[in-house]
Amino acid sequence: MRNILHIIRKEFLQLRQDKKMFGISFIAPVLQLIILGYAATFDVSNIPTVVCDFDNSPSSRELLRSFTSTGYFTIVEYFDKTSDIDNQLDDGHASIAIIIPRGFEKKIGAGQSAPLQIIADGTETSTAGIGLSYASIIVSQFSQNILLESLIKRGSVTMPARVSAEFRVWYNPELKSRNFMVPGVLGLLLMVMTMLLTSLAIVKEKELGTLEQLVVTPIKPYQLIIGKLAPFFIIGVIDVILVVFFASLVFSLPVKGGALLLLFLSLIFLMTTLGLGLFISTISRTQQQAMMTAIFFFMLPMMFFGGFVFPIENMPTIIQYVSYVIPLRYYFIIVRGLFLKGVGLDILWPQALALFIFGSVILSMSVLRFQKRLE
Amino acid sequence: MKLWKGHKEQLDGKAPMDNDCAVVAEELTKKFGKFIAVDHVSFKVKRGEIFGFLGPNGAGKSTTIRMLCGLFSPTEGSAHVGGFDVATQPDEIKSRIGYMSQKFSLYEDLTVEQNINFYGGIYGLEGARLEERKHWVIEMAGLAGKESMLAHTLSGGWRQRLALGCSILHEPPILFLDEPTGGVDPVSRRKFWDLIYDLSHRGVTIFVTTHYMDEAEHCHTIGLIYTGKLIALGSPTELKHSLDRYSVFEVQCSNTVDAMELLRGQAWAAETSIFGSAFHISTLNVSDAEKKIQGILTNEKIAVSRIEKIIPSLEDVFIQRIAEEDARKNGARN
Ligand SMILES: Nc1ncnc2c1ncn2[C@@H]1O[C@H](COP(=O)(O)OP(=O)(O)O)[C@@H](O)[C@H]1O
Ligand SMILES: [Mg+2]
Repeated sequence: MRNILHIIRKEFLQLRQDKKMFGISFIAPVLQLIILGYAATFDVSNIPTVVCDFDNSPSSRELLRSFTSTGYFTIVEYFDKTSDIDNQLDDGHASIAIIIPRGFEKKIGAGQSAPLQIIADGTETSTAGIGLSYASIIVSQFSQNILLESLIKRGSVTMPARVSAEFRVWYNPELKSRNFMVPGVLGLLLMVMTMLLTSLAIVKEKELGTLEQLVVTPIKPYQLIIGKLAPFFIIGVIDVILVVFFASLVFSLPVKGGALLLLFLSLIFLMTTLGLGLFISTISRTQQQAMMTAIFFFMLPMMFFGGFVFPIENMPTIIQYVSYVIPLRYYFIIVRGLFLKGVGLDILWPQALALFIFGSVILSMSVLRFQKRLE
Repeated sequence: MKLWKGHKEQLDGKAPMDNDCAVVAEELTKKFGKFIAVDHVSFKVKRGEIFGFLGPNGAGKSTTIRMLCGLFSPTEGSAHVGGFDVATQPDEIKSRIGYMSQKFSLYEDLTVEQNINFYGGIYGLEGARLEERKHWVIEMAGLAGKESMLAHTLSGGWRQRLALGCSILHEPPILFLDEPTGGVDPVSRRKFWDLIYDLSHRGVTIFVTTHYMDEAEHCHTIGLIYTGKLIALGSPTELKHSLDRYSVFEVQCSNTVDAMELLRGQAWAAETSIFGSAFHISTLNVSDAEKKIQGILTNEKIAVSRIEKIIPSLEDVFIQRIAEEDARKNGARN
């Protein structure tokens, strides 16, 4: 027990000595949370929009008004030709274009389906995607209103008129706000902080030769492992607390499902990241190797396939299966469930169990591998 | 000064076998895949002696020392350290040895004192004992006043002595040093050997590897390892006498390279090697070697300024042994 404490103390001394690392461990999480949280809201308001209204009717103007009144869209210019729109999008003056064809009002009046075109700038995927998803909501509300009106007017059930917008969503349509982003950041942060820092801290000792020196001391391998992992476990816990605190302070985003439950489930998630960190340290000789391995073979795939960047439901089926072996996937579900939906363990237990199994397997495999490597 | 406690402990009779030998290696072998890094090496290190393990880079010195410290398990053969088997009782061994690896393994981002505190803590020292030992190490290493300097800011000699200090905080009766003087200036090397002598006088057994010939002279016993094989073993004097059947000459002449080339062709010339601005030649079963050398060189218009029979140095011995080993290997291949 003493030996473990000696290592933990040494680890924190080293961490304190390394100002950069100290900053990365505690300040970066908060900064990242705030930046990503704000970024997620800023790019969905005041989306510069250009309009081609060929119909120029009360209905088309009504539709455009419902776009601008939300605050998400700002109409920067009106055009008469669709070719002008292309230029505007290409130049980056606008991110979204709305084209209302001639006869829009007439078709609505006749109870027919009225086509409407919305074009998004594909280079700015996040703005475009979020813009399109908002547009779809606005359009569907608009068409519902027409439906209601016509029902009321005629006092009878007839063929309801519909406005259908052609739009394609190639970005996470659910990534509507920071409420979705902030919880995700927690998963990423924990992964980066614990997995990367753990593997670096161990490989650093390998590089320096101090690991060899430690193995010759009477210290037991399990003490060495616990001593090396515990500091990053502690950092992980502090980061969870920081994120929860700032999420509720800055974004008024409390953990509806209970902060303690979140902390508890985060501990289980930490088993997997610490285990992976330990594993990476056994296959890397230098800190650079460890860094590359962690980023390219673990962190990026986990980010992409775990549901942070793209929603899992939108992925090809094969990749959806792949995502089942990514612990981050379960943690995202847990964190979002706790933050946004306020669900409890009664709903989240399958994810918790999956994480626990993953954690136990990864951690024990890595510990065995590490112990063998020491010999 | 206090008695070296560890030594007393060792005499308590905990060590089950071979009481006057601190280290015993029998046919010790380490293979990495097909490659044999250490090849059936056998030797004994007596208690309290300085045992020098000499060999060129890649000879297998570190691999041997790592097996003795329990870092590698032997592929074949056995070794006992302090009477304990390295293969089955590594834990018993670990608390009784000090090990200083080739890299002077210190925490670069910790201060001198933090390094000592950490290693001391790991070895179970605390309170007054830790303070006492810390004081001793700082004195010994000449680090007084540098306690709060970061280890990476220390220069070679100090780092080396701090690393030594950290590896003997717990007063181990047996000390393994792997090329402790590598990359250190001559003055610091000298100081370091003074420390080694000092420890040896206190009864510590020291197993030290080196590739410096002059350091070998400081040892009580020397083992020469070459491509994994132990090819010479004995005290410096014994080893020098092992060349008695050869006569060794030091020759100073105008064209050393050509002269060596010429003489190497002679049947009676066993080995030639450059030695400073001169060269050494060992001869076998030949009378009037001096005259013959003189004659051959003068014939080829090489001016000989000095030719003198010398007592062979350790280097001569090693060169001879290595040549014999190479010849044996080539013979086996053909
Ligand atoms: N872990 C290892 N795996 C494979 N080969 C090794 C390993 N350690 C050492 N060797 C090889 O064994 C030989 C002896 O190495 P070493 O004992 O370090 O030599 P020395 O310390 O005498 O310079 C070298 O050829 C080295 O490449
Ligand atoms: Mg070596």
